[in-house]
Amino acid sequence: MINRLLSRSLRGQLAVTGGAVLLALVVGALVMVVTSPIITGSLDPWLWAEAYLALLQGATGIAISFDPFSVEFKGANGVIDTLVRSTPYILGGLAVGLGFKAGLFNIGAQGQFLMGALGAVTAGIVLADAPSFIAVPIALIAGLLAGAAYGFIPGWLKAFTGAHEVVVTIMLNFVAIQIISWAVSGPLRAAGATFARTPDVGSAHIWILGGNTGHLLHAGVIIAFVAVPIMWWILYRSTVGFEIRTVGANPDAARYAGMRPRMLIVLTMSISGLLAGLAGGIEILGVQHYLPAAYATTVGFDSITVALLGRANPWGILFAGLLMGALRAGAPLMQIVAGVPVQMIDILQGVILFFLAADLIVRWVFRIRQQGSDDDEPQVVTGNYGGSSASGD
Amino acid sequence: MDFLFDIPVLGIVIQLVDYMIQVMTINGAVILALAAPIALGSYCGFMNERSGVVNIGIEGMMIAAAFAGWFAASIVVQAFPDQPKADFFFGATPALLIGLLAAVLMGMLVSAVHAWLSITVKADQIISGVVINIVALGATGYLIIIISASSPPSAGKFAQFVPPEALTDLPFVGWLFNMFLNQGPITMSVLALAIVLQVLLFRSRWGLRTRSVGEHPKAAETVGVDVIKLRYRNVILGGIFAGLAGAWFTLDFGSSFQAGMTNGRGFIALAALIFGRWLPLGAFGAAMLFAAASSLSIAIRTVPPTGDLGNILTAIPDQFWSALPYLVTIIILAGAVGRSVAPAAVGKPYERESPS
Repeated sequence: MINRLLSRSLRGQLAVTGGAVLLALVVGALVMVVTSPIITGSLDPWLWAEAYLALLQGATGIAISFDPFSVEFKGANGVIDTLVRSTPYILGGLAVGLGFKAGLFNIGAQGQFLMGALGAVTAGIVLADAPSFIAVPIALIAGLLAGAAYGFIPGWLKAFTGAHEVVVTIMLNFVAIQIISWAVSGPLRAAGATFARTPDVGSAHIWILGGNTGHLLHAGVIIAFVAVPIMWWILYRSTVGFEIRTVGANPDAARYAGMRPRMLIVLTMSISGLLAGLAGGIEILGVQHYLPAAYATTVGFDSITVALLGRANPWGILFAGLLMGALRAGAPLMQIVAGVPVQMIDILQGVILFFLAADLIVRWVFRIRQQGSDDDEPQVVTGNYGGSSASGD
Repeated sequence: MDFLFDIPVLGIVIQLVDYMIQVMTINGAVILALAAPIALGSYCGFMNERSGVVNIGIEGMMIAAAFAGWFAASIVVQAFPDQPKADFFFGATPALLIGLLAAVLMGMLVSAVHAWLSITVKADQIISGVVINIVALGATGYLIIIISASSPPSAGKFAQFVPPEALTDLPFVGWLFNMFLNQGPITMSVLALAIVLQVLLFRSRWGLRTRSVGEHPKAAETVGVDVIKLRYRNVILGGIFAGLAGAWFTLDFGSSFQAGMTNGRGFIALAALIFGRWLPLGAFGAAMLFAAASSLSIAIRTVPPTGDLGNILTAIPDQFWSALPYLVTIIILAGAVGRSVAPAAVGKPYERESPS
């Protein structure tokens, strides 16, 4: 059945993506075995199995043990953690993936995520005593607008001055850190807090659907899952989506067909920023409930991996986001049980990305034949770096 | 001179210049030291981008080298705790020199991966840089956590050269000698490297070929330049500078390794490269400017200037100075104050035409 549903090219892509994840897990296992003398004091050839089983249990609640063999479901906490962790990854992945479709590399999802968090927390503090059916939507809208504004800047600069969005967004990521540091240690600082942080957002907490203490499922998860089909519809069924994809595939053709590449670049970056900002808002209002001045997060950077792993396709991004969320959700248990630091997830993520970039290794290992041109492939978007404007000559 | 300070508006500017001169002359050595990793990182970017390869992985190359340098030196010290100390070359010990070598080799190794992904695999060069940053930050973070459980010894760091007082006490220029000579070996070499690279770029055969490969690889190939080979060579050699920048963190300026200690310096290096218009001396100047801005913010907090200028400067939040390098880069890229234009072929994988 699946053979008939998927085109040959798509099957090749799925095989390469799955192969990249599998190879990354093998590399991760090798790293664990090689470093096991430092972790456990002696060479432990099965440390990787212990670590990956703990990772699986932390992410899904499924505990597998081999001595004696048993499979046990330890409750929904793992699944809830995975869903909650996946939410910003799915939205962030959609943000970066949308950029890819238009031939834009939005490395600034991190900054847009942070600005979304700042926008949402600011509105949330103001509305902390308002009824929650007013406070939550307004705070979320403030977050996504802040993100959209922060995506608009590199989009506008790219379209009208030719400043390359990769460099501009890298720089804006660092500017965002400073803006948050200034806002939270200055005007938004909570009185009497032991470290620089904002007050609690009060009634702007996103509604809790269920779960146990420490593992609460908030309603923001629904937004991420709804955003996927919406983005799919926009990209593949709407006029603007068609124009975005055309500009990404061939800006000259798009211009000859009467589309306006500059407006589309600004629009794409703004929507991309909007999605990343929404991710930041949901994370703050649903999980954190306040914003610290030194907000340590890598969601925006991880979203690049999610978008590439999902081949910039909304449904692919959904699965990639769930995978990333599961890895992050399971990592703490891995550290506790096997002693493998949570940074292993960063290594896995980087190696997955490495194998996606160097897909010839994956094709060679798994004997996957190179297909003809596949239009879902992210393109080389690094040309014209700092050069002429998008209208081109 | 005080009457100059009382001129309306312009007086404030004159006071600012006066204050900045004070900060420069007192903190010159610190400014150069802070500029060193930024400048070295931008030389790495220079070697890449001048030959047509984008490198946003400088940050990752730096942190990998910083770790390798610290770790190698630490292992040597563990094996041979009695390290003979040279009394002429910055108090070098075998452990420190091995650490320096390890850092440089690590920079070259990571650069070789970048070269392979960008040139042979023809992967998107930005993605290659992202891969390097994620893996290097993750792997060093992973390793330092498991290694520091046994608290390994540090090999210490290179000593600073102490210039003779006859030089540093000279009127007007004494502070310059102090700035450039009262330094560790890596910081001291930064300006010299910029001059050498600048001269080589415009006065040597290698420089001409590199520029042609970065601007118009097809034309270069037509006249017999091996584009692929030259790009490989330049990217890998560029790793030396990222390696030195990494070694600066753990063997020159500091003597220990912390996860994420490069703290975005690799990206400021990218900014310095763009601000310096893809020229080594320009990048050095930009790195000095960025370091001076952060030094100024510290000076304002500790010894604020008096009068109106003091009121204005202390009202500017610290975060503004930290964000300044990034904002300046965006303004420069947008062409508001003179456009900075990248080498034309940057980011485009080179496709050799098949022989027919």
